[in-house]
Amino acid sequence: MSNATNQFQIPAKTKTWSFILMAIGAISLGAGYVTDHSDHHQYWWAIVLVCSFFFMAIGLGAMFFYALQYAAEVGWSSQVKRVFEAMFGYVKIGLPIVLLVLVCGQLEIHHLYHWMDHTTMDPAHENYDAIIAGKQPYLSPWFFWLRAVVYAVVFIGFSIAFRRWSLEEDRQPSVELHKKQYRRGALFLVFFAVFSSTIAWDWLMSIDTHWYSTMYGWYIFSGMWVTCMIFAVLLVVWLKGKGYLPNVNKSHLHDLGKWMFAISMLWSYLWFCQYMLIWYSNIPEESKYFMDRRMTGLEIPMWIIFFVNFAIPFYVMIARDAKRNTKFLTRVGAIIFLGHFFDLWLAVVPGTNHTHWHFSGWFELGSFAGFLGLFIYVVMGQLSKAPLVPVNHPYLKESENHHI
Amino acid sequence: MANKLIHAMYDDEQKLLAAAKALVAKGISVKDVFSPFPIHGLDPVIGVKRTRLAICAFMYATTGTVLAILGTWYFMVSDWGGINIGGKPNFTWYENAPAFVPILFEFSVFCGAHGMAITYLLRNGTLPGMPATNPDPRTTDDKFVMEISAEENGQFPLGDIENMLRSTDIYELSVKEVEA
Repeated sequence: MSNATNQFQIPAKTKTWSFILMAIGAISLGAGYVTDHSDHHQYWWAIVLVCSFFFMAIGLGAMFFYALQYAAEVGWSSQVKRVFEAMFGYVKIGLPIVLLVLVCGQLEIHHLYHWMDHTTMDPAHENYDAIIAGKQPYLSPWFFWLRAVVYAVVFIGFSIAFRRWSLEEDRQPSVELHKKQYRRGALFLVFFAVFSSTIAWDWLMSIDTHWYSTMYGWYIFSGMWVTCMIFAVLLVVWLKGKGYLPNVNKSHLHDLGKWMFAISMLWSYLWFCQYMLIWYSNIPEESKYFMDRRMTGLEIPMWIIFFVNFAIPFYVMIARDAKRNTKFLTRVGAIIFLGHFFDLWLAVVPGTNHTHWHFSGWFELGSFAGFLGLFIYVVMGQLSKAPLVPVNHPYLKESENHHI
Repeated sequence: MANKLIHAMYDDEQKLLAAAKALVAKGISVKDVFSPFPIHGLDPVIGVKRTRLAICAFMYATTGTVLAILGTWYFMVSDWGGINIGGKPNFTWYENAPAFVPILFEFSVFCGAHGMAITYLLRNGTLPGMPATNPDPRTTDDKFVMEISAEENGQFPLGDIENMLRSTDIYELSVKEVEA
């Protein structure tokens, strides 16, 4: 393998397309803002939150998977390691965008987070809400923002450090460096174990302030993991199609496909656990979340999205041949990628807007396209900045001979 | 007519794999391999077809799902319907379906796993009490045996096959006469 093919060049067409997508996004967001007649453009803000969180979550999922590969001393994935590196390169851009949405909430430009209105915690005020006031210790601004800063520092810090150590290894073969990545990977998983849940509570679950679910953090986490695996599959197949990654064979695709399949099942399991327990015990404070969706006519879309995200990967991807077939992988992947986007939409909008939203289609998908364009642009930039296959990773040979 | 079975024993599965590749390249057909554990990448070399156990597993699990649906419907709706559990009387199956999903799931897994295990043991002839078919008890410990039938390789004289085997990294070689 020559070094020339290991150096990724962004195809001019891809660059143009990422700009076109971003332009579509900008136009959609602009036109959406004007045509959105909800109070304080609440629906517009909800879509911005959904899109920005969705793509940041892909980056976080990639970072989790990357750390997992090191902590578990995985060999096969070393050929596609840079793909995940490129994806978590988006965290340092995507996370500040989400933070920006949160800051706008704190400045009361929008009211996605009902509890950010401090009068809800003031017993003397007419807005006083005993349930929100009861959560004051956790949701008080200083603690909330302290957590937000800690997430940003930990996630962005690790994403930069992982990348730096990985590039350092390219210049200089060192087992010590690999062992360092192994220890840091394990350390990151400790942080991620807590923060993947709390980030979901803070930034998504707190929208439905009166409600809580212990499944929620895992449900959001499995969603971010599965979307990250789908994007990795799409990216690897695309790079293979361009003639890159010569040592990635059917077995690597099979393994990536298995992750996509398995995490779809994990997501379905958690989604259903959350639903079934709440449905069975039928306590008003718990069932509120699903009642909000039922009252706004979203119960059937909710079940459709659940079955799309569960049944399509289950029945199509269960066969070995389907997981080794790029057509099946990419098509099923694309469907459930969108499925998980609308799942996040369902997790946010009924909480922020109740009945005051109007699904226009072009606005939601246009904003999605815009963020997708940004994500692709960043990922392509990251891919082009380093050899596509790490040069000195100790498990490269094992990965090259990967055969299942 | 009596057939001769050549048993070539190796003390490492990689040695056996290399030998199998070399022999197959020369046109020898390998009848079977006995090993204490699965040897990665051997199946395509000696021409073993891909297992259909996964298809069986899917069918067993689907049977389990159907049986569980029938069972939950019969026990909870048809036979003893209308019992109010947690404010949810069982009058219809579909309205209580979420409560039955764990049963469906567990019973599918149960049938899939047991069906697959029993099929596997039956197909391999390794159910408890079945006579052992491996040529040497050491293949259940740390040795690997490749079995070559002289009849299947009629175009080669027996001596040639033995010489070919001796040229590989062999541990022990034995020829056994069996009734065809």
